[in-house]
Amino acid sequence: MEYINVVFQEVYKIIFLLVPVLVSVAMIVWLDRRVWAFVQKRRGPNVVGPFGLLQSLADALKYIFKEIIIPSSSNKIIFILAPIITMTLALIAWAVIPFGENEVLANINVGILYIFAVSSLGVYGIIMGGWASNSKYPFLGSIRSAAQMVSYEVSIGIIIINVLLCVGSLNLSDIVMAQENMWFVIPLFPMFIIFFISALAETNRPPFDLPEAEAELVAGYQTEYSGMMYAMFWLGEYANILLMCALGSILFLGGWLSPIDLYPFNLIPGAIWLIFKILFLFFLFALVKAVVPRYRYDQLMRLGWKIFLPLSLIYVVLTASYLFYFNLLPTI
Amino acid sequence: MKLSRFFKTVLMADFVGSLFIAFKEMFKSKKTINYPFEKGKISPRYRGEHALRRYPNGEERCIACKLCEAVCPAQAITIESAERSDGSRKTTRYDIDMMKCIYCGLCEESCPVDAIVQGPNFEFSTETREELYYTKEKLLDNGDRWENILAANIKSDSPYR
Repeated sequence: MEYINVVFQEVYKIIFLLVPVLVSVAMIVWLDRRVWAFVQKRRGPNVVGPFGLLQSLADALKYIFKEIIIPSSSNKIIFILAPIITMTLALIAWAVIPFGENEVLANINVGILYIFAVSSLGVYGIIMGGWASNSKYPFLGSIRSAAQMVSYEVSIGIIIINVLLCVGSLNLSDIVMAQENMWFVIPLFPMFIIFFISALAETNRPPFDLPEAEAELVAGYQTEYSGMMYAMFWLGEYANILLMCALGSILFLGGWLSPIDLYPFNLIPGAIWLIFKILFLFFLFALVKAVVPRYRYDQLMRLGWKIFLPLSLIYVVLTASYLFYFNLLPTI
Repeated sequence: MKLSRFFKTVLMADFVGSLFIAFKEMFKSKKTINYPFEKGKISPRYRGEHALRRYPNGEERCIACKLCEAVCPAQAITIESAERSDGSRKTTRYDIDMMKCIYCGLCEESCPVDAIVQGPNFEFSTETREELYYTKEKLLDNGDRWENILAANIKSDSPYR
């Protein structure tokens, strides 16, 4: 009996986390389209619900009622599994994101490694989708996507090492608490910029949206998908973007901490601050989408391997030697 | 020169600048209109949906001269005529195939009595093909519905004809 109670408690917690995440994913799609439209002086979706807020729900409803077409030459099991894997992996990473001092689903010691592992696994969903479609555009798109995500993961990993050097712990709550005096965005500002750009590449956002380059690859790995399966890819993609924004705000912008520890500010609960920071980062994501043209593939690889990787490596050496010289290394 | 360019690249000056420009643009007035709720201004010469007009006393203007049928480059107009009991020549059939029509406005230009005109209405999409074969009744009905605007448009455009 006690066992069942525990299980129910956990399930409640998970639902309590997942439902807001999914709803905010829907809202974030609306925000993305809206910001994009506003920069181009259009109006964007503004008909369904107040300010068009329910647009994503209407879209989701449409996707649910659409027919799911499975190409006859595809590998059916993997074809169906791919969107499920993408979405699941995008959602399970949220388990370790701390929304407050003790408001975290799984406060594991290797939180950052867990997120890193899960977001790296995300590439499997894309590769499986592209390969199982048995069609040229999805295949090329998924290969591009895999190469791109692997390259930028390297620099993201090294950027994370920078942060870990300053914290001395892999636990995300510890990382946030280490920023009580100063957010890491100040001493590690170049790393924050590189992290932001790598996050764009990692989530296949413009200007790195080569896997979905309409002009060349139709819709990349999603070409053969339709109906709810397409919607799941799309949900997974935006959940990933949101996750990257959350990771950025936890690593560099002080997570749930308020900007200044003063009277009116520290009354606001930490979760709200985190949401504000996520929204701020997402707003930048959306602005970048509206501003930049798409990179060429070789430029993308050059940026990842020849610029970001050496830069972040140099910064690791700098951070480590600075901390060592001034005897600031965190004691574990 | 080269050094300044180097710093520009490293600091991503253009990129950051473009972000600020984008942010500024967000608050400018929208260039698009809220379409189904507000509509753009339409010129009096606008060539939209066809209409057959009547004289103020209710008599059809069309005299079945078939100039429009002859001039129509898409051959979308079909006219059949007969003598009415009072001796005047009137159409018994006036069909326009709106899917053939290219909206060139030649029918309106050729008409000696301003009977066939193209009005300002452009929202006449239908769910079936058959509904787009306009008959004489439909065209006359259009004329009755849009008469005020049609008359005003023809009047305002007349100095340039």
